[in-house]
Amino acid sequence: MSYIKCVFHYTGAKQVLSGANIKSLFFKESSVVLHALLIVVVVAILIGVDLRYNSLGGVRSVLDTMATPIYWIADLPGRIMEWGDEHTRSRGSLLQENEKLRRENLVLSGRSQRMAALRAENARLRALLNSAALLRSDVLVAELLGVSPDPALHQLVLNKGARQGVFLGQPLIDNDGLMGQIVRVSEFSSRALLLTDATHSTPVQINRNGVRAIAEGSGRLGLLEIRHVSATTDIEVGDLLVTSGLGGRFPIGYPVAIVNQVERDPGQAFATVTAQPSSSLDRSRHVLLVFTAEQPE
Amino acid sequence: MSREQHGYWVVLGTFLIAYVLATMPFPAWLHRARPEWLALVLIYWAIALPHRVGVYTGALLGIGLDVLEGVVLGQNALSLTVLSLISLFLYQRLRVFNLWQQCATVFIMIGINQILCQWVLALQGLGDRSLWFLLPAFTSALFWPVILHLLRGLRRAYQVN
Repeated sequence: MSYIKCVFHYTGAKQVLSGANIKSLFFKESSVVLHALLIVVVVAILIGVDLRYNSLGGVRSVLDTMATPIYWIADLPGRIMEWGDEHTRSRGSLLQENEKLRRENLVLSGRSQRMAALRAENARLRALLNSAALLRSDVLVAELLGVSPDPALHQLVLNKGARQGVFLGQPLIDNDGLMGQIVRVSEFSSRALLLTDATHSTPVQINRNGVRAIAEGSGRLGLLEIRHVSATTDIEVGDLLVTSGLGGRFPIGYPVAIVNQVERDPGQAFATVTAQPSSSLDRSRHVLLVFTAEQPE
Repeated sequence: MSREQHGYWVVLGTFLIAYVLATMPFPAWLHRARPEWLALVLIYWAIALPHRVGVYTGALLGIGLDVLEGVVLGQNALSLTVLSLISLFLYQRLRVFNLWQQCATVFIMIGINQILCQWVLALQGLGDRSLWFLLPAFTSALFWPVILHLLRGLRRAYQVN
């Protein structure tokens, strides 16, 4: 009996030896290279399909839903800091802030009184001109879960998803102006592309005279490039650019950027125009998702 | 058999923590210097457990990172597959290198990782025109000794093999 046990013990030990130690000493390199090549081919096809055909929407939405908890955990320290900050404020500073907010509220409600009258007048005038009535838009407040860790991408992750009615292409604003649009929706979170991303373009018009243009993202935060503005166009430093509503993606009239540089070179067909986004793209923690009348159901 | 698989959850746990670190909000001025946490952890485990952590691990982890970063599906999968392959080639040498040699090797390995990512970004017309994209390779190499000691401690404490 003890002999058999001993043999078992011996073969067990041999197995452990050949299983772990020997294997880690002599690794089959050629088979690994084959496997790696196989993976690289599969991944190259994956990249091609995702880039060229953009047909992985459903899969990505499921994967994004699975990734949401990681964003939530990564955001936790910031959230705790904020909570701690809110709960350890002195009474004095709270009172002060309360007072400031009350004053601000008074000013805003004063302004909105005038808005009501103006809106009614605007509706009457539009009716006289036989143009379509501007529909009121509703908003959804969303909170930032994270920003894209890749500096090449200007993307935000928001804590509202398909469950809350967020849809693809939905405009995103903060209290100062347009921020971007939703490019990917998962169940409980969504991903927004900012105006300044190198792949984003916004149809705008100059608020002063209605000249239309396209504001392209530069890949740098705080800089938009207005391309193909002819050298004779009436555009000046300080002009406010608002959404033109062309293209049907963004509702008309939201502030986008302020022109901060105009260079007219007589040798060039187009002026070099840059603008600074009005919204605080890297500071806003709470953002608004706009629902317009033409939203796809 | 169960003895061989010992401590798998420790490896998984460190990868999860690396994911969280990779998505952690970073101050804007440090944004471009963020170390490649996942790549560092992957290199360590590929050196320590080359018979367990290999190219498939790299590819799967990469897909996960693609989803988290919101980049094209396959960008990090490609770079991390290559990274794990290089680690498998070099693990015997890396084990006997001193710390400085290891840091230099990690710098080169993560530099290759960054270059591959830049290629895929360039396919979309994105990415850097300058060499700033190599900055994470440098910061990652600086963090290598920390990662090495932490993970080695974990591996010994939980007898991962």
